[in-house]
Amino acid sequence: MTTTTRVPALGAEGWFTPDDPEPALLGMRCTTCGTYVFPKADFGCPNPACVGLAFDEVRLSRFGTVWSYTDARYQPPAPYVVPTEEHEPFCIAAVHLADEGLVVMGQMVPGVTVDDLRVGLPVELVVDTLFTEGEVEHVIWKWKPVTEGGAD
Amino acid sequence: MAANDVAVLGVGMHPWGKWGRNFVEYGVAAARDALRDAGIDWSEVQFVSGADTMRNGYPGYVSGATFAQALGWTGARVASSYAACASGVTALEAARTRILAGLCDVALVVGADTTPKGFLAPNSGDRPTDPDWLRFRLLGATNPTYFALAARRRMDLYGATSEDFAKVKVKNAANGLANPYARYQKAYTVEEVLGSPMVADPLHLFEICATSDGGAAVVLTSMEYAARHAGSAGAPVRVAAVSTVTPTYPNTIIDLPDMATDSTAVVAVGERTFKESIAHAAYEEAGIGPEDLSLAEVYDLSTALELDWYEDIGLCKRGEAERLLNDGDTQLGGRIPVNASGGLACFGEAVPAQAIAQVCEVTWQLRGQATGRQVDGATAGITANQGLFGHGSSVLLRR
Repeated sequence: MTTTTRVPALGAEGWFTPDDPEPALLGMRCTTCGTYVFPKADFGCPNPACVGLAFDEVRLSRFGTVWSYTDARYQPPAPYVVPTEEHEPFCIAAVHLADEGLVVMGQMVPGVTVDDLRVGLPVELVVDTLFTEGEVEHVIWKWKPVTEGGAD
Repeated sequence: MAANDVAVLGVGMHPWGKWGRNFVEYGVAAARDALRDAGIDWSEVQFVSGADTMRNGYPGYVSGATFAQALGWTGARVASSYAACASGVTALEAARTRILAGLCDVALVVGADTTPKGFLAPNSGDRPTDPDWLRFRLLGATNPTYFALAARRRMDLYGATSEDFAKVKVKNAANGLANPYARYQKAYTVEEVLGSPMVADPLHLFEICATSDGGAAVVLTSMEYAARHAGSAGAPVRVAAVSTVTPTYPNTIIDLPDMATDSTAVVAVGERTFKESIAHAAYEEAGIGPEDLSLAEVYDLSTALELDWYEDIGLCKRGEAERLLNDGDTQLGGRIPVNASGGLACFGEAVPAQAIAQVCEVTWQLRGQATGRQVDGATAGITANQGLFGHGSSVLLRR
């Protein structure tokens, strides 16, 4: 039996908590004006009225509502890596996080189809496989419909 | 005539297609057509403004000089602009402002492209700090993904239907039948559109624009030069305004190539969305409004995006675009025909040429030369377009 190493997908290191049972996106909050930034504020605060250069790393809301959604019926071109033998269509949603006033895109977890989705649908953040390469599992955040009976 | 007008003395295009030849050939053909149309010699051009292509190696990154060399070095001043889909208007704006600054009288604007088949994809190599690389790698988000997010919003918020979207394609396909520069000259029915494969729900293959080869060129001159040159030929079409605005913070509509929007936690959403601000800036500069337009050429990367543009350029209120379409207002013979050229639906996108092609079409319309697709008595027209990474692009033309 082989052991698999889990790593955040290339480019998304530090953008989310990969090993948390209740995972979250990691955003930045400007210590001067208080605005949120995701993924990263590499060059200072994006608010043009603010000259802030310092940020606190903050966990963004794990729950949001679908702003819009679609699916990928055809295999996207590289640098996308097909995770399965053959391309299987997956959904992509843009999700509104009310507290932070952000919309963040993500794949929906496998098995969700557009028929399961609507604008306004509550979703929660999970961490899931983007693709596996040898014994390395590259993980990424995805959105998952909130199941009946609450967030548990 | 307003103080900031410049004249469109000549326009020219190379037919769109999938020719697979050197992009320079299309640009040079379009440029020679535009010069012939203007009735001037290449040697009279004082400034060459190229719209760049990123997919054809170094000559594409320095397109102004590439076209100038191909036409024969004359010592003309040169610039090369890249602004993704908005490159053509950025190049046009460089020419217009140089003329308005009094630094030259005659400028040639050229854009041309040769494109690969299939989805537009990023250049090869790992670039984990490039948002355009990241959206493919982390999300598998193609350009149609973003077009579909916009389309689905229309359905869930305004009750748009797949039939509404398909009717946009039917309308544009009918317009393009008479356009000799269009790549696709074929009529479609709603059933054919909806019967094509689903690419990104709710958008079908025939609702998403292809990528094409093509070239377009415009000769811009000062109004004084045009008056001297034209003699009794009558007043030329004028560029009354050019908008190359960027978004304002917070930019809250998710768009290519970003994976997240700006935050509204601290700064409230502005009066206009980015796309609304594009045409608005052109109207402000020209001192006219959408009610004064005879026609519009908008960037129909998808059928549903054309409907967004109706609202973004002020033809109707938010949520009313489907009614405008279904009432026939935007078809030829309607109140405000949109994409009389056939639009991207019939052309496919030749990135650096497309915004210039929009200007060519409006010019032909304002001159009454758009055979088979003419908007009767056209006096004012607008183009609208948006380039990846926040490039607004709109040109207001008047007769």
